[in-house]
Amino acid sequence: MTPKSILTTLAALWLASAAAAEELKMAVTTSFANSGLAEILLPVIERDTGITVQLLVVGTGQALKLGEAGDVDAVLVHARAAEDAFVAAGHATHRREIMYNDFIVVGPSDDAAGAGAATTAAASFAAIAGAGAGAAFVSRGDDSGTHKAELAIWQAAGITPGGDWYKSVGQGMGAALNTAAGMNAYILADRASWLNFANKGDLALIFEGDAALFNQYAYLPVNPAHHPHVKAEAAQALEAWLTSDTAKALIEGYRIAGQQLFTFNAVAN
Amino acid sequence: MVSPILPLTLDGVELRRAGRRILGPITLTLGGEGISIVLGPNGSGKTSLLRCMHGLERLSRGSLGWNRADDQVRARQAFVFQTPVLMRRSVIDNIAYPLRLDGVPAGRARRRAADLAETIGLAVTLDAPVQVLSGGERQKMALARALIRAPEVLFLDEPCASLDLASTAEIETILARARDAGTRIVMSTHNIGQARRLADDILFLDHGRLIEKGPGPAFFVGPLTPQARAHINGDLLP
Amino acid sequence: MNDLFDGLGQALRLLVTLDADLIEITGLSLRVSLGATVVASAIGLPLGAWIAVNRFRLRRTVIALLNALMGLPPVVVGLVVYVILSRSGPLGVLGLLFTPSAMVIAQVIIVTPIIASIAHQTIRDLWADYHDLLISLHATRRQRIVTLVWDARRGLLTAGLAGFGRAIGEVGAIMVVGGNIEHATRALTTAIALETGKGDFAMALALGFVLIALAIAVNLALHMLSGTERSSRW
Repeated sequence: MTPKSILTTLAALWLASAAAAEELKMAVTTSFANSGLAEILLPVIERDTGITVQLLVVGTGQALKLGEAGDVDAVLVHARAAEDAFVAAGHATHRREIMYNDFIVVGPSDDAAGAGAATTAAASFAAIAGAGAGAAFVSRGDDSGTHKAELAIWQAAGITPGGDWYKSVGQGMGAALNTAAGMNAYILADRASWLNFANKGDLALIFEGDAALFNQYAYLPVNPAHHPHVKAEAAQALEAWLTSDTAKALIEGYRIAGQQLFTFNAVAN
Repeated sequence: MVSPILPLTLDGVELRRAGRRILGPITLTLGGEGISIVLGPNGSGKTSLLRCMHGLERLSRGSLGWNRADDQVRARQAFVFQTPVLMRRSVIDNIAYPLRLDGVPAGRARRRAADLAETIGLAVTLDAPVQVLSGGERQKMALARALIRAPEVLFLDEPCASLDLASTAEIETILARARDAGTRIVMSTHNIGQARRLADDILFLDHGRLIEKGPGPAFFVGPLTPQARAHINGDLLP
Repeated sequence: MNDLFDGLGQALRLLVTLDADLIEITGLSLRVSLGATVVASAIGLPLGAWIAVNRFRLRRTVIALLNALMGLPPVVVGLVVYVILSRSGPLGVLGLLFTPSAMVIAQVIIVTPIIASIAHQTIRDLWADYHDLLISLHATRRQRIVTLVWDARRGLLTAGLAGFGRAIGEVGAIMVVGGNIEHATRALTTAIALETGKGDFAMALALGFVLIALAIAVNLALHMLSGTERSSRW
């Protein structure tokens, strides 16, 4: 095989992947992808707008990094402070809130630490920490939105987590849940991932409902002034669709095990 | 008619390995025609001498020159090794290989290889892998591969060392015929009978040095050196 | 144990029903890994042969380097390719990140040292056999390499298959540079990682069994095509 034929092969592969209809790359968080909502929304988006949305499922930190580098056209994440900084740095033209779901505390069904009896998320965490060696806690530890939410709750509880009982796994939601199931440990998870999770083992939902656990998703179109190649028009069309009544009906109608996962809260322009 | 590559001149040729001299210094001129037989005990430098002449060894000292100084010098010599090199190809493709290197198309090269195989009496399935051949057949194949370019000079390093009498006789017949066709042959052997049968002249080596050189018949009638006499008589030297 | 049997059952069900998603990701896995193996062979086989035949000053260093590169961690390769192909990287304008081409590039980097190294060993052994003959016949450098590569082709097939084996089972690099995008860059291994993440072990195992079957099928197919087993004396 000659160098020329290698180039031809590469070129053919490249063209094959570039020749499809309008494609838009969007970085989303694992928790969103694991919810299963994407599989409901994407076919309808393609039908209504002609845009094929390709999802890159990563942690919030990497999702924002992809947007900053211009490797995706838009980002859908849930980490308010990081999002504001992202917009302030000019990486996105603006931030648009779409919907929220909530986090829950999951743990061993016997709840030896008594975390379920608490009235606030912070108190629930404090109970887990107070149990010492009697209860383990698995942390995502991957700088994701969920991880950041967890750290905010520890802070609210006035606790700096650490020690043998605190296991930082540095992985996605699914992998972290697998670990928690294997160790019969407590973990902060988003409701969607939990309901879709197949390997629950002896884990059960321990605590829910505190406003501190609400998890706002926002849409960030990558700034075409920074990256002229991004598909700004498609990103705009997608935003219009995500904030439309069609999206509202689909998002609020999505249920797992009879439970509504997401609440639509986009404000019309 | 292109000018011949012979004569070959060796001037003070020496070969050293790991500081030890294994050949030389040798000074001689190889010209004329016929078969030169290189004789001598094991380790006397027969193989090294042939390899030096053919250009397979880098000389440690001295120089070696052919009558010409171009590509023809390499193309018009051939070498048959003591253990035939078996290429992982069919018998016919082994024989045709040198022609393929010269850019002869596969079909023509194969036809010439088949003709040559028939001429030298290599009666085997030519499409079979070369590994199925017997020892004698392998050496005939190697000989055919060496002859296919019709070389001016043919070197053979103990080609019959591990062959039975019948195979040896066949090889000798092929060599005699090649000589008659004008090929200059230089061959080493430890078989005195074979040397007697084939030698037009003799190069006798001992401890890496050329100690006797002369026409075959004269050498066998009255060798000049005691070493050569002992070798011919089959004496065990100290 | 139950997961294992569920996985086997699910693998059979996916295969029998010719599940569309399964066919798609299997097709991509094959395309990417075969493509990478072909490109890596085109680089690695002549490179291995060249190193085996030529004497040069840094030869030993190059061989040692090649052997060390066989153990390259795929994730690191993925990251480096990612950074280079990123829109903010030196080759960003090509727009290759998160495409099958990027996956091929990363796997070529992982697989080439393996193919070159095995090819080097194979050719070196054959070169020892052929050395005197090829020098005697006055074969040019190029002719020597062509002869050695052709006559060692069965050993080189093994080199290619070793490379393919590494490519088809590789997940770290293609996850990073491909992004595991559904209907675009999702391959068998990244799908397995995804299903494991979802806790769906049965599905993950089913895909794993398909992957193993695929690797075996490709090996058998190539061996049959080349007739290695029939003329095993070579």
